[in-house]
Amino acid sequence: MAYISKRNRRREKERRNATKNRRELIEAGFTRRDLMKMGLIGATGMLLPIKGLSARARDPYGRRPLDDPESPPTTPWLEEMPRLQVAQPVVLSPAPQRVANTAAGEAPRADHQRWDEFVARFGAAVTYENVAAQTSGHILHPELPTQTLFSYNGQVPGPLFHSFYGQRTIVRFRNNLPLIGFDGFGRGEISTHLHNGHTASESDGFPADFYAAPKYKDHHYPNIRAGYDQFPDTAGDHRETLNTLWYHDHRLDFTAQNTYKGLAGMYTLFDELDNNDETSPPPAFGLPSGEFDVNIVFQDRVFDEDNGRLFFDKFNDDGILGDKFLANGKIQPFFRVRPRKYRLRLLNAGPSRFYQFFVRDKTTNSDIPFAVIANDGNLLPAPVLNQTSVRIAVAERIDIVIDFAGRAGHNIILQNRLEQEDGRGPTGDILSPSEAMENIKFKVELPLESPDPSRIPAAFRPNPPLEEVAVQRTWRFDRSGGNWTINNQIFDEDVIRATVVQGTAERWVLQNNSGGWEHPVHIHFEEFQILTRNGNLPPPVERGRKDVARLGRNETIRLFMRFRDFVGRYPMHCHNTIHEDHAMMLRWDIVHP
Amino acid sequence: MKRRELLANVLGPTMPAEKADELKPKKSGPRAGYFPNFLLRTHEGKEVRFYDDLIHGKHVVINFFYADCQGLCPPATANLIKVQEMLKDRIGKDIFFYTITLRPEQDTPKALNDYVRMHGTKPGWIYLTGRPADIEVLRQKLGFTDPDPVLDKDKTSHIGNIRIGNELTDVWMSYPVLAKPKHLVKRILWLETPKDYLADKGRVPKAKSPGEKQ
Repeated sequence: MAYISKRNRRREKERRNATKNRRELIEAGFTRRDLMKMGLIGATGMLLPIKGLSARARDPYGRRPLDDPESPPTTPWLEEMPRLQVAQPVVLSPAPQRVANTAAGEAPRADHQRWDEFVARFGAAVTYENVAAQTSGHILHPELPTQTLFSYNGQVPGPLFHSFYGQRTIVRFRNNLPLIGFDGFGRGEISTHLHNGHTASESDGFPADFYAAPKYKDHHYPNIRAGYDQFPDTAGDHRETLNTLWYHDHRLDFTAQNTYKGLAGMYTLFDELDNNDETSPPPAFGLPSGEFDVNIVFQDRVFDEDNGRLFFDKFNDDGILGDKFLANGKIQPFFRVRPRKYRLRLLNAGPSRFYQFFVRDKTTNSDIPFAVIANDGNLLPAPVLNQTSVRIAVAERIDIVIDFAGRAGHNIILQNRLEQEDGRGPTGDILSPSEAMENIKFKVELPLESPDPSRIPAAFRPNPPLEEVAVQRTWRFDRSGGNWTINNQIFDEDVIRATVVQGTAERWVLQNNSGGWEHPVHIHFEEFQILTRNGNLPPPVERGRKDVARLGRNETIRLFMRFRDFVGRYPMHCHNTIHEDHAMMLRWDIVHP
Repeated sequence: MKRRELLANVLGPTMPAEKADELKPKKSGPRAGYFPNFLLRTHEGKEVRFYDDLIHGKHVVINFFYADCQGLCPPATANLIKVQEMLKDRIGKDIFFYTITLRPEQDTPKALNDYVRMHGTKPGWIYLTGRPADIEVLRQKLGFTDPDPVLDKDKTSHIGNIRIGNELTDVWMSYPVLAKPKHLVKRILWLETPKDYLADKGRVPKAKSPGEKQ
């Protein structure tokens, strides 16, 4: 059993006691009818949540315990972790167009920026349809009942998009959701954000731009690099290349519920060097590809102790922690691998937990070293070798390359050792390997069919150069009256908190004044470089381009940002989705010079 | 071990039967097992049951306050009065406003009534007081808590939210009470029961195998 924290260990004990007590009552000859008469069992046949009988016990007045609700027990490593299914292009009818086709049912939006220019240069787009719908029958664990979730094209997580620089992508996000999700959570209105996409505002999924069924919206992802105007020959600055992205719903105030219920997926961008072919000679990077390039979506969830259904605590405004750990939509799956190198693209899809991942070889009692190659989906200037752990806040992505060679038959577990007891953020304590939370079991049991041709090059692309900035803005992330604010204000989609001139660069200073809370701060549209973290250079794994700044308690982070290629409105927000939904967000706009 | 002893062992001190009966909601709904059915008093001195009379099947807006509060409460009350004006005669009819005191020891029905008159709250908006232990349970159940125990105890820095809920659809959200009234009204209206909700509710979502195209 995976332990979560000291408090959870206590709960674990309480739960074992409760199970023992229930068993004793049955063994002592109490029938269901007896228990019902005594008021210990409800009309539905469920044991009432009475202390000593249920781990979710409340006192006689129904007082809410400090502890979070607790899921039924599940056996780890029963099912194989599925690969995300690669999305297949379809012909869209009616064809996508520059102006919103409201007559055909497209949701209103601003016209696609630079549409004619991109069509002329890159030609026809690869087009997809991604339908958000409520679907049943999802098996998250064989010992739990099937779940009714919000899915994209019937999949949770959604399909994986494979896109290539130089090729436009259009995804038609169609909404088939009921307005009110099963069990009263999930809001069937969507605005889909391609996280880290260099995407014009109208395709970026601004939180207030949500639409209900049966409307659709065509999101135009031109897959150009930032600096398109400054580097016209190469369609952008090659040092701004993005690789591991994800997409998720961003509906105002309901992002936590909608993503918790399933509306998240991943999007990979390949380019001429990171080209999805590990056999290509240099200058291509030769990173593990195809079968050996694995996206993993990490989520934590709670399930109702009585009925086993996905549970969302609607009265928790602090941040929601799950006691079940999912990878690609399965609770504690195993994953069979070959004894060779793999690229793992790790995504923390929230809602509120931070992870510190280790890969534990329990056969040798050691942590397997790996190379961190990308942070927030952007390859670092150089790989950071021989790491044994990596921390990932909500919405961050970390790509690692790990080598399973020589470990055939070993018992290998991907563990999270970061203690976290509530939505405020991790305690900072690192658990021991024996008390760690366990996410995936790697079974090195598939044969190596051919020698491993993949490589970890000594360097990737350098960072784009910094420049003098004319404007510095300071953003204080704070807590007031039980809500979260930025510079003492809550989110208002109508209020522009910063107006940025296209083609300029700025320095943004993020300060955490909220006491005991941590905030993974996400800025849409352009990546930033961390200049300093509390006055010092950031650690090596943060020395690339990022879109999430993990803003710890009382920390100050200084960022360098450029704003190019498009205009329009974008948000900055905390990506602890509960904080985000409770208004820790602001709108900033890019305008023409 | 005798059965009776075993039970006592398992359950510990049990509450008196009459108390348990009294707290049991007479009506059923998604939150009947969640919210206790405490007896509360309104600013007009009426006795009401929290679940049966105030929550069951209703679209509600709930916040906490206390009459002497010098910080958040006066602007919060002023803001909610604007919201009340914007929602016109719907309050008390199909949308229900409840303000619960955090200091029930001082805030008697009469004190609440004085507060209501002084601030010009219009009819339909109910102020509530009750047993301090019960109010504390409601505060926790409604999520007006801070994970920092020191802050949580300090009533002068209490949570400045409204809880908006619809017990029929079981949709709940919270929002800062000092937000612009138009934003508060918008969110209150989001939680209206959709027109086709009851007709659609029994419809089981179509089964799809994972990966199956819609």
